[in-house]
Amino acid sequence: MLSAIEQGLIFAILALGVFLTYRILDLPDLTVDGSFTTGGGTAAILLVNGCDPWLATLAGMGAGAVAGLITGFLHTFLRIDGLLASILTMIGLYSINLRIMQGPMVSVNMRNGEPINTLFSGFRLAQPGFCPSDNSCLFSWQVIGLLALAALVCKLAIDWFLATNFGLAVQATGDNQTMALADGVSVRVTKNVTLMVSNGLVGLSGALYAQFNGAADSQMGVGMILVGLASVIVGNAILGTRFMFLATLGVIVGSVLYRLVIFFAMDWHLAEAGDMKLISAVLVVVALVVSKAEWIRKSFKVLSPWWNKPDPPEPLTSQALHDPAKTEG
Amino acid sequence: MLTLTDVSKTFFANTVNERRALRGVNLSLEDGDFVTIIGSNGAGKSTLLNIVAGSLPCDQGSIVVDGRDVTKLADFRRASLIARVFQDPQAGTAPHLTIEQNMAIALTRGSRRGLRRGVTKARRQRFREELAVLGLGLESRMRTRVGMLSGGQRQALSLLMASFTRPRILLLDEHTAALDPQRAELVTELTRKVVADNGLTALMVTHNMSQALSLGNRLLMMHEGEIIFELDSRAKEHTTVSDLMDRFASAKGQMADRALLA
Repeated sequence: MLSAIEQGLIFAILALGVFLTYRILDLPDLTVDGSFTTGGGTAAILLVNGCDPWLATLAGMGAGAVAGLITGFLHTFLRIDGLLASILTMIGLYSINLRIMQGPMVSVNMRNGEPINTLFSGFRLAQPGFCPSDNSCLFSWQVIGLLALAALVCKLAIDWFLATNFGLAVQATGDNQTMALADGVSVRVTKNVTLMVSNGLVGLSGALYAQFNGAADSQMGVGMILVGLASVIVGNAILGTRFMFLATLGVIVGSVLYRLVIFFAMDWHLAEAGDMKLISAVLVVVALVVSKAEWIRKSFKVLSPWWNKPDPPEPLTSQALHDPAKTEG
Repeated sequence: MLTLTDVSKTFFANTVNERRALRGVNLSLEDGDFVTIIGSNGAGKSTLLNIVAGSLPCDQGSIVVDGRDVTKLADFRRASLIARVFQDPQAGTAPHLTIEQNMAIALTRGSRRGLRRGVTKARRQRFREELAVLGLGLESRMRTRVGMLSGGQRQALSLLMASFTRPRILLLDEHTAALDPQRAELVTELTRKVVADNGLTALMVTHNMSQALSLGNRLLMMHEGEIIFELDSRAKEHTTVSDLMDRFASAKGQMADRALLA
């Protein structure tokens, strides 16, 4: 179960990236499936070649950002529909990822009998042979604490970013493009930057996952967009979207919950490893339907005092015009 | 302040649906002019506004704002000079952002948007003062999402957002048409107030003739892509709605005659 929480926290970073495109930019960005692998593959191949783990992780993040920029270029310069542009990038990345990894899989566990240094190396249990497999030795509260910190830093960075002048322009781009243009927002710039930041986070998540998992493979990104969407939708349904602080926190909570659901489904033998994708898809459908159903929204209201309370629009008063005292003031 | 020279626009050129929306329009606005434009549907009023705003490119002619040729400038680049209020109350504001966030976006119109905080204490104070002018009590609801406001409130906010940065040109595209009479009246009065208070140069399209007569210092009538006549402020005072209707009817008649002769 600790492993499920750890995975949830790693995927939370990916989900925060999905939050930026899906919720903020209102653009379902499927690049994620490709850029997750790109980030993981880039980090893995660098680690195998003896690169510093921090640098390799950062490179994974950068590779993800470049992938986002490709989608942005297709969408904003070549004017391809956003969803289609992201699908094109995702498909193209599949080949690029194979080139990056020089094969379908890169193991970052051992090389020539020596363990490869990764971000998680310090947390391996000392006795060899104690663990059935290498990564099961990683399960520790320390790792959870550090991953939670990483997810929280990403979350706070997004909160800050969206509250800046540029971030508000990004939000306007997704919320009302007509208004954004009329207010002098270059939607081309806001979209490209947001896609880069988003896929940078996804690449970071992929780089962490490759090290956590002990390997990167060309299939690791398949279905990741659903993992991200499920986390965003579930998380936002619980904590609401009224306040950015809670919306992004919800994404992390959603991601961990999602992993726990899958963990228990497997643990209780309700599902097999092969059923994961179906569970993801069904969960997204359920979350989407549920988050729209009125009675559930109401019951969530009880659970969450921060639920977006729509204060009823007050009738427009023309007080100021007919009350001379007020107009003069 | 604003000079249009020989501006033309044709939609669906060289097809059976070809429509000449503007035919060589010339227009010059002095600093502080408040021009109202009336005309029947398809007269080219909205096209004119869209071309000034840059949402539509013009086929020929030039547009100069404050001595700067903006003919080839994209709409979002013109935003530092030109602000607009749309007919649709939904169009001018971002519904999921709060009132203060919307105002922060409007405040940075035309300047570089960096990574400084969007809604600061100082800005919030300024927004509060600006909102108080509307007299709608919005100054106490600055953290309410704009989507929660009524159409009239949203349009009043749009008007404030377009005007409080003192753009060179303010474009108003039938901005009271989607409101009920009482709210339309309110927004009209607010328009008069913000344009006067900020000393703005404004171009307003309207279907409401009494509004066109009561607001502004110049009135233009458009028909089939041309400006067919103009009233200055003195002439406006002596003109009634029925006078305008007569001019309208005769313009249409003339056009029909011309079409017959052609």
